[in-house]
Amino acid sequence: MKSLLSNLDSDVKVLLPDGSAHRLIDYLLPSTLLMLAALLLMISVFLPYWRFRLYAPQYPAGLAVNVYVNHFEGDMREIDELNHYLGMPVLDAGGRLERSISVISIVVLGLLLIAGVFVHNRWAALLALPAIAFPLIFIADLYLILNEYGHSIDPASALGGAIKPFTPPLMGLGTIGQFSSFSSFQPGFFLALAAVGVVLVSLWFHRAAYKPLADARKGMRAAGAGGRIVPPVQGKAG
Amino acid sequence: MKRIFMVTAASLMVILAACQSEPASIATPSGGSGASTGALPSDAAAVAQERGLTPDDIYAAVKTYTPSGKTDPFIMIASGGQSGQVLVIGVPSMRILKVIGVFTPESWQGYGFGGSGNKILAEGKINGKDVLWGDTHHPALSETDASYDGQFAFINDKANARVAVIDLRDFSTKQIVKNPNAINDHGGSFVTPNTEYVVEGPQYATPIGWKYAPLDQYKDQYRGLISFWSFDRTKGRIDTSKSFQIELPPYWQDLCDAGKKVSDGWVFCNSFNTELATGGVESGNPPFEAGTTKNDTDYLHIINWKKAEQVVKAGKVEQINGIAVIRLQTAIDEGLLFFSPEPKSPHGADVTPGGEFIVVGGKLDPHVTIYSFDKIQKAILAGGFSKDAYGVPVISLDKSMEAQVELGLGPLHTVYDDKGYAYTSLFLDSAVARWTLGGPYADKHPEKPWTLVQKLPVQYNIGHISAVEGDTATPGGQFVVALNKWSIDRFANIGPLMPQNFQLVDISKSGDQMKVLYDMPVGMAEPHYAQIIKAERLKPFQVYPQVGWDAETMAVDPKAITSEAQAHIERNGNKVEVFMSVIRSHYSPEQVKVKKGDHVIWHLTNLERTPDATHGFAISAYNINLSLEPGKTETVEFDADQAGTYTYYCTEFCSALHLEMIGYFLVEP
Repeated sequence: MKSLLSNLDSDVKVLLPDGSAHRLIDYLLPSTLLMLAALLLMISVFLPYWRFRLYAPQYPAGLAVNVYVNHFEGDMREIDELNHYLGMPVLDAGGRLERSISVISIVVLGLLLIAGVFVHNRWAALLALPAIAFPLIFIADLYLILNEYGHSIDPASALGGAIKPFTPPLMGLGTIGQFSSFSSFQPGFFLALAAVGVVLVSLWFHRAAYKPLADARKGMRAAGAGGRIVPPVQGKAG
Repeated sequence: MKRIFMVTAASLMVILAACQSEPASIATPSGGSGASTGALPSDAAAVAQERGLTPDDIYAAVKTYTPSGKTDPFIMIASGGQSGQVLVIGVPSMRILKVIGVFTPESWQGYGFGGSGNKILAEGKINGKDVLWGDTHHPALSETDASYDGQFAFINDKANARVAVIDLRDFSTKQIVKNPNAINDHGGSFVTPNTEYVVEGPQYATPIGWKYAPLDQYKDQYRGLISFWSFDRTKGRIDTSKSFQIELPPYWQDLCDAGKKVSDGWVFCNSFNTELATGGVESGNPPFEAGTTKNDTDYLHIINWKKAEQVVKAGKVEQINGIAVIRLQTAIDEGLLFFSPEPKSPHGADVTPGGEFIVVGGKLDPHVTIYSFDKIQKAILAGGFSKDAYGVPVISLDKSMEAQVELGLGPLHTVYDDKGYAYTSLFLDSAVARWTLGGPYADKHPEKPWTLVQKLPVQYNIGHISAVEGDTATPGGQFVVALNKWSIDRFANIGPLMPQNFQLVDISKSGDQMKVLYDMPVGMAEPHYAQIIKAERLKPFQVYPQVGWDAETMAVDPKAITSEAQAHIERNGNKVEVFMSVIRSHYSPEQVKVKKGDHVIWHLTNLERTPDATHGFAISAYNINLSLEPGKTETVEFDADQAGTYTYYCTEFCSALHLEMIGYFLVEP
């Protein structure tokens, strides 16, 4: 990072309307970070976000389902087969709408972040807000899906009367009948979280870079320049 | 700026760590794997003392005990004798893993109780008649380059001259071939080094096609026949159209082995009735037991199958009952068949790992005779043979023999290890003889070549002997199994019909250090031969690859349904076709109603994908029971000729609601 910075030509400066000169890196950094955050989000689509595993004596290798934003992978068939005894819906019934719109939504989140590169005021934070909120939305939605799932036990099914409605845990251990379950967030989710971190950092730098610009404009406007950016006179700067 | 990065990174790490710390007790519920190499724990020593176990016993126990959850490194495929089955046994634990129905219906596997097994068993009909048992003798694992490849196993039925194909992807029988020209066999099954052919050697001579001929025409009408069943590996079936037989004199050929490596292209069989005895003790003739043992020597048969293949291609054959037969005279003229004398009632013909030697036991002679393939070839090139009564060239023993080793009484069969030792079963001595090979094997062991090293008593009357991959080009060493015919006092008395005794022998140490490790009772028949394969060579299915899998064709059945939603019943006149799904814990449909006299075609598909989630399907009173392993489909066809109320139910305990897995089959009068 440091060597990269030193390689930037320090003679290339950004001049603000008030004539103050700023380093180019101050403006490149928030833009780069926003794009990086967008990239992290895009990559996360290809990784599982959440996983749950089930263990029982007769499943020595356990059963597992990896949840991606747009599909499931793993032992859904067997879990569905077991859950039919409780009259529970198939796993595929959970979050159908979310899975169908997830990829396009994440692309939109990424594009909004990239749009922030071109918006040089506080509205950039608003554009980044969906990406920041995304992991929370994911958790909340997952909780609702799990809650709905665990509360869909059909009393008319074979074992429906034997098990009370429950909400499978978002994280950590749980128990259903002879099964122990273990849920955990997965690399896709961590990438989305990392994207949030990067966005927050980028917004900090964004503000650091563009606040002086806004202030300079304000100052110029107050000085009667009508908000028009006046290129500083060469001789004056030199 | 740096600080913000670090805080963000650190907080992410914390979350990550919190989420990933899955408890080990759940991740590996089967427990730890701590190995201890210390002395015998005091409580174990106390048990040993209480049970009177010697240090040798403790060694044997430790050598064979296979803790729960650990699997055997070797798998033995054993003949199931008169049961008509094949046994699958783990070595060294000596636990039976499976009993495969082959020539005999087997109800656990639903083999012969309505499903595709009926079709396979029907291939074994003789003159249109069901023959629903077999005397399975010699299993042969398929080979590639003279080593087991773990793909198929073959077994012959001595009683009826039939050969069966077992696919080792699911360890089930796929084909039975009835030999159209022989009514009994013995010298099978043996495979050529790349399983080009499954060899079925004859035993008691009859006229070809077992047609009637009086015994006084024995010399002219009775014949031996060796069959070369062409095996199509991709189809997993014997192709009779590409197979051939060679007519032999009626000498009661016995056991055969295919040459390998330097002797690839040849097959060797011993024989034991060059006397042409025809029995008749009741008429004052010598009984067979005396008549067939009169001569000092019989003939080792030396057959050039690669050349025979060319003779078949050249069309110098007769089609007899649908199979190409090379007549005896053609075999002699084309140089396919040679004899060499072998001492007193020989048994076995076992080729060494590199194919250099053929070892023949002298059942009534204390020696094994070792023939050199190289010398045989030189003698054939040199020519100038004497001839037997049928004109077959005979190579004199001094021109074919490499060595003779005196082992003891009743040497029968020989197998090999990786240290240059040979192991021969001694029936009369009830012992396993370890002796040294010479030639290229001489520097693999410390002893002199062609010398007896140890005779280990076994209990009792050993017949065949099996060693880990001990009849291949790459023998494994480690263990020998003595297939003892008598057990007498080895097991608790359970009545006059006593179990056979498979005795595990430790051969891992050189010299005279062989030890008996374990007695395994076989209480369901008298097995003959067995082969032991390294378990890692086997790659069987855990579940069938796709839902709707037909285990007979080893492909998806286009008629199979693949989901419960597709389950339905079609009626067309008096034909009723049921498409049934099977999954824990219900059939769909659960009510099937037909009229008396309807012809019912019942397709069942197990939709399960979980290992061991097998279901059964039995219809009371209709002699129907199927085994439906995960993904498998079966079709049962029958006439609903008995009106009444019947139940069908799952015969394999599948789940907590297994008893509830039933349906009603209503046959309206």
